[in-house]
Amino acid sequence: MGKFTGWLCRTATATVKWIDERFPLTANWKAHMSEYYAPKNFNFWYYFGSLALLILVMQIITGIFLTMHYKPDAAQAFASVEYIMRDVPWGSTIRYMHSTGASLFFVVVYLHMFRGLLYGSYRKPRELLWLVGVVIYLCLMAEAFFGYLLPWGQMSYWGAQVIVNLFAAIPFIGPDLAVWIRGDYVVSDATLNRFFAFHVIAVPLVLLGLVAAHLLALHEVGSNNPDGIEIKKKKDPNTGVPLDGIAFYPYYVVKDLFGVVVFLMVFSAIVFFAPEMGGYFLEHNNFLPADPLKTPPHIAPVWYFTPFYSILRAVPPLFGSQFPGVAAMGLSVMIFFLLPWLDRGTVKSIRYRGGIYKTALALFVVSFLVLGYLGTAPTNVWGQFGAWLGHAERATVVARIFTLIYFGFFILMPWYTRIDKTRPEPERVTS
Amino acid sequence: MRKLLLALLCLPAAAIAAGGEMRLDHANIDPHDAISIQRGARTFVNYCLNCHSAASMRYNRLMDLGLTENQIKDNLILTGAKVGDTMIASIGRKDAKAFFGVEPPDLSVIARAKGVDYLYTYMRTFYRDEATPTGWNNLAFPNVGMPHALWQLQGTQVLKTEVTEHGGHKQEHRKLELAVPGSLSPMEYDKLTRDLVNYLAFMAEPEATKRTQIGVVVLLFLTLLLALTWALKQAYWKDVH
Repeated sequence: MGKFTGWLCRTATATVKWIDERFPLTANWKAHMSEYYAPKNFNFWYYFGSLALLILVMQIITGIFLTMHYKPDAAQAFASVEYIMRDVPWGSTIRYMHSTGASLFFVVVYLHMFRGLLYGSYRKPRELLWLVGVVIYLCLMAEAFFGYLLPWGQMSYWGAQVIVNLFAAIPFIGPDLAVWIRGDYVVSDATLNRFFAFHVIAVPLVLLGLVAAHLLALHEVGSNNPDGIEIKKKKDPNTGVPLDGIAFYPYYVVKDLFGVVVFLMVFSAIVFFAPEMGGYFLEHNNFLPADPLKTPPHIAPVWYFTPFYSILRAVPPLFGSQFPGVAAMGLSVMIFFLLPWLDRGTVKSIRYRGGIYKTALALFVVSFLVLGYLGTAPTNVWGQFGAWLGHAERATVVARIFTLIYFGFFILMPWYTRIDKTRPEPERVTS
Repeated sequence: MRKLLLALLCLPAAAIAAGGEMRLDHANIDPHDAISIQRGARTFVNYCLNCHSAASMRYNRLMDLGLTENQIKDNLILTGAKVGDTMIASIGRKDAKAFFGVEPPDLSVIARAKGVDYLYTYMRTFYRDEATPTGWNNLAFPNVGMPHALWQLQGTQVLKTEVTEHGGHKQEHRKLELAVPGSLSPMEYDKLTRDLVNYLAFMAEPEATKRTQIGVVVLLFLTLLLALTWALKQAYWKDVH
């Protein structure tokens, strides 16, 4: 070893020692990285946790640069976004990264949640981990909703108008609540300003805290795996290391790095070649400035909210009140909280579940996708049934059926998971 | 509130009335044809910019098309604006509102909002209609507030409605006919509008071409990185069984 490298090593060791005497640096590195043992059989579905973290960081960084030129003012917001797109160096790239990141955040989070459904990651002892995750998802929805108003286009404006008005459907307190949220009787400059505050500081702060809690909870109980068995049950008697566990650093760090590059390729393909994504990531109507006097003919939320929007539209009003639809939409998200206690299967992973759970999950996925598609389209998209069904709109009827399936997946779960014929879990993880 | 939700549920019907029934002609523009975009810019500043602004578009952005600052100043700035200024209409906003009933919309990003095919169809489907305040109507945008700004070039079209019967089914065909020819032939006029739409598309996202160029470089870099990270993963995972 050369003189210089020797000196470098000694200095580095001394620096780390100096820090360790004052801050648990090495201890934390070991606890969360080099001696955090994750199951060695992670598959494709296990990339999305680290990818979600990557997108969060990317959204925060691109968001910071956007706030440097964006103006949260009803008279200037739309033009300031176009200013970023044209006159700010690299502004259009940063803006497209942020808008694409928002959509891909939901793609990644939906896949991450679906992984949980596949392998029973919400089951004991990971209930709290799941609950924190659902709260993160709720925050993410709020973050996306507040952020979508900021470009101040027609869809921004009318989307916010419609969503805030949903709160007005709540009996008794609704109308006052809606005014309180908007800070005005309609969506206006006051609304834009407060949504900006929520989007750039309030919600991100909460999100960061929750993500930290999510990781702490994960590292306390340890990761689940595609076999749904606990690797901590079989440990090396001498070292205490799970026999099927491998250190997160370096093994999963290098594996996730590969996943990151694959993700970035998809991400860049969208950012540079199709940032509007055919009107799904950036809606065409949002290139028209917000006009409070001109309601667009078809208001649709961005794609990641459309399954819930479909449920809202599918539920018929009761006594002239839209509240049942609003309540159903709220419930369709909140019901994820109950998942750990609805599932009474004897195994966690889909690999050892029987046909009933597999069918139920498949139906749930189909209903989520169909409701998602229908939410982007007007309710007359498939025309009407004949007189035998009172000329009911086909899409509405289909949305109602899939809404029932969506809720059925959760509500019937205690029964169908119990009678499902499962296979015995293996002792050790399979590859 | 309830009204709004109800309105929301009824809206799709209105959507069709507002333009869904019209089949749009294909604009078929070439965003790499800088000469076509230059010609479109000339038409834009001469005919559109009198009433419509493009407040996000700076004149010197046109240098991206290969024009020099002096060419822009001499040929394309007709309002006394500086070359670094954005394109602001010569008409006053209040006057415009008084003349047309609505303020002519800003056209900076109109191509992204409406699509090029719509704009191409719109500019070719004006016809004479004495029932409207301006004397003009449009197939793509019924009862539009804007008069036909290019009528001297295109000439005057009139609407002919033919009703044909196919086995008891009555079908209405609407056709535009050139009643008075303009200074351009129909083919020349199509070319002019195509160039104009090409310009509008350029103006809506001037960096679009550069964006895809950067994208190619980024993806090439990521492909290399992909191979590298894959090799790294394989090397580290050798001892995992």
